[in-house]
Formats: sequence, C-alpha cells, structure tokens
Amino acid sequence: MNQTDLATAWRPSPDWSEIRLRAEVLRQTRAFFQEHDFLEVETPLLSTDTVVDAEIEPISLSCGIEGKKFFLQTSPELCMKRLLAAGGEALFQITRAFRDEECGPLHNPEFTILEWYRLGDSMQKGMDFLSDLFQSLMNTDRAIRCRYRDAFLKFTGLDPFTCEAAQFAQVATANGLAAPAQLGDDIDDWLDFLLIEMVMPHLGLEAPVILYDYPASQAALANVRAEAIPVAERFELFYQGIELANGYHELCDPHELARRTAQANAKRTQQGRRPLPDGGKLHAAMKAGLPPCTGVALGVDRLVMLAAKKKQLDEVIAFTIDRA
Amino acid sequence: MASYNTSDFRKGLKIQIEGEPYMVIESNFRKPGKGNAIYTLRMRNLVRGTVLERNYKGGESVEAADVEEIEGQYLYRQGDKYVFMDTSNYEQYELSTEQIGDAWKYLKDGTLCQMVLFESNPITVTPPNHVVLKIEYCEPGAKGNTATNVTKPVKVETGAEIQCPSFVEMGELVRVDTRTGEYIERVKE
Repeated sequence: MNQTDLATAWRPSPDWSEIRLRAEVLRQTRAFFQEHDFLEVETPLLSTDTVVDAEIEPISLSCGIEGKKFFLQTSPELCMKRLLAAGGEALFQITRAFRDEECGPLHNPEFTILEWYRLGDSMQKGMDFLSDLFQSLMNTDRAIRCRYRDAFLKFTGLDPFTCEAAQFAQVATANGLAAPAQLGDDIDDWLDFLLIEMVMPHLGLEAPVILYDYPASQAALANVRAEAIPVAERFELFYQGIELANGYHELCDPHELARRTAQANAKRTQQGRRPLPDGGKLHAAMKAGLPPCTGVALGVDRLVMLAAKKKQLDEVIAFTIDRA
Repeated sequence: MASYNTSDFRKGLKIQIEGEPYMVIESNFRKPGKGNAIYTLRMRNLVRGTVLERNYKGGESVEAADVEEIEGQYLYRQGDKYVFMDTSNYEQYELSTEQIGDAWKYLKDGTLCQMVLFESNPITVTPPNHVVLKIEYCEPGAKGNTATNVTKPVKVETGAEIQCPSFVEMGELVRVDTRTGEYIERVKE
C-alpha cells in the first residue's frame, strides 16, 4: 500500500454510530440467550478438523506445534456438537469464522458468527426460536414460513425437486439471465444460481421469511426426512433479500455423516478443490451419541448491517479484509 | 496464454473475451452460505467502449488480455492514417480514422498522448485532458463583449470547429478540454 492510500486506509470504514450499534446488538443477543437459559461457550478457532463442505473453502495454516496443519474454523459447528455429545443442553457462542475466497459487498473472509444449539428442538421449534430472536433484535414482524419448493415454484415456476438442468437453463434465458458457462448439468449449481437471481431478491422485503425443507442434496449436516421425495430438515432466514441464518434439525447418525463427508469430498475433487480430512472427532462424538437437537448459525455482521439500514458490510465492519 | 481465476477477479483487470480486450469496471461476489459462488463482472470493451456483463462460477478462469499503456507522440498524418511514436523505444504505430475517433481535433505535431496497445497493436489513443490550439479562422469579435455565454464557431489549427466566446480573435491561442470539446480560456503566447 502506498503513502496516499495509507493516509485514508488506516481509518475504520464505518461511522461510530455503527460501531456502537454493533455493541448494542451483541449486548441484546447475549441478554436474549441468557433469558432463554442458554449457556455461552467458547471453542477453538484452530482445529485439525474442519467441516467438509463442497462449496466452502477453509483457510489452513501450519503452526509450530508438532508440525501439524490446522484449519481456521468455517463455523463453530464441530466443537459445539462435541460439547453437546458430552452433556451440553442449550449452548450459544458468538465467535469468528473464516472462509477463504469469500469477498464482496456481503462477504468478508473473516466474519462474526452467532451459533446456537438446543437439545430436543424439532425443526419447527428451531424456526420458532429463530423467528423470536430476530423479531426481538430487529423489531420486525414474525417470520413467514415457506417451503423451499413453494418459493421456487412461486418465483421461477419450476419444481426444484423434479426439474432438470435444461429446464432451469431455459427459464434463466427467458428471464434474461446469463448463467455461468460451467453450470452444466449440476442441479444444485442451477438451484443456487436461480435462488440468487430469482428467489432471494423477493424474500423478506417486509416480514422476514424462513425457507425450510431443502432439497436432500443440499442437506449438509441436517437430518433428511423420509417422504415420497425426501427433504432436508434445513431452514434459512432471509430479510431484505439477504440470507442471514442457516439452521438444521441435526443429523445424528455417524454412518450418514461419513457418507456425506465422502460425497462432499468427491464433489470437491471433481471441481478441482483439495479434499479435506474427515477429522474423526465429530464422528467419534456422534458415535458416543449426539442427542436430537436443532442448531442455527447467524451472520452477525449482516444483522448489524440491516439494523443500521446499510447496504454493504464495510459500512459496519471496522476493518474489512482490504484494510485489515 | 496467461489467465485469471475467479479469485483474482477485481476492478481494473484486463481480460479477453472472444478475442476482444475488456477492462473490468465492477466485480461482484454472491454466494448462498452453503452454495455455489457466482462472480459477476461488468466490463468495458477497450476498443468499442460497449459494456458487457458476465457471470462465472467459482473456479472458472478467463484469458488475460495482453494490454499495455504507452506514451505515444503524434508525428503526422498520412492519408487516412495517423502516425504515432512510442516515446520509450521510438517504435511507430499507425491508427485509422476510425480508431482515432474525435481525438484528431486535438492532435498537433508532437502532442503526447496516452495509447493502449492490445497484442502490440494500437487500439485507442487519448489526448491530454487540456490542449492549447491556435485559432485559424473566426468571425470578428464583438469588441468589449466579455460575456462567455455568447459563443461563435471557431476553426482551429487542426481543422476542427470549436465553440468559443464571441470575444476571441483570429491568431489567438485557446485552451480546450479534450474530454468535453469545450473552450476553457484564452492563453497568452
């Protein structure tokens, strides 16, 4: 960075009103969880394990500790589930998560994440709790619930569970959307593209919207419910067209965990990404017994951004990656 | 051929699409938390000035454009060719009337311009923001009228016609903004 750039780049990008608002949002969040008898916990940012996601790239580092390679967590999911398997009941954490390559108006590679788990909660209960929290922090109406499939049908006219790539491509073209050349035949890639372009912009313009019952292929670590077409018990909250939270009625079966990890690694390899170690500590914890529970992760920076009625994260994060 | 991966995408990058050079004017990143990233580039065609928008999936790559900026000195015109010289290595380049566009209005022998080369061929030339030109012909000025809002057409030494305040006279020098084509002020020799 040259001297002219440094003369301005040393400064934080948000105003003090937003820096103060963040402190207030954090204070209210902690108060809400304490009122609901959740225990605040801390888990390590550095771990030899990482969640194996097809589309999330962790940052890895070598430390001078037994020559081991560590990952910066992409979410506190693994360690919080280990705490649950070891006797935790209702846990929350406000921490940092890191995702390589994710940089844009609504992404910073290092971000603040709020994550919580409560034993015994069904997906329904998990969505109710998320809605209550959001309502209390943001003074909104109760969140509207909408099946993932119904939202797709409404805004694209396509059934995300039965349509094929060619049909998605046709609708994209008819709507003047230039799809990336490499989307090919991957249904999930098409679903993500149309979700971004045609569905998300309509979600939560007044009351927040929670989409639920995701395609089983996008279950990640959510339980899959057996139905005529199986669905993932996964849900996401959107407000002002922006994705804020992702929740699962959690997968508890260690064999299924191993199968999904292998599947995510296969997709990573196929896309030219490095495969990630399957760690094994979460697997061992689940073998010992992860009780049925629901967990949710929420992006705190985006929450503060929306509370401040701002459009970009650099308006609420003191030093985004370009000034860090 | 060099290429850029989606993780290299940023404003100012010069890339090549279907054989034509573009400069990225806006780069956006969108991604559902667990889903596939979409990179969107808005870019300007460096030859035609048109704007193109394209979406890319994370991991895709685009060809880099071999684009270079040089200082080109205008030497002379030969028929419908304008001849420039790279001041760093004396290499000469010819540009067509089409490539020159409106820049001819401001080109005097020796004018130093900014030139863009694509694969070693000139594609655009930009004259300095301000140039001083001699008035070759105009109607006589209205004596004592110093208002700048009353204008008249004036023919300058390059052959171009420029709107100047009515008080300017033949033989005088005027400073012109090449970006807008507008008169700025009179200049003493």
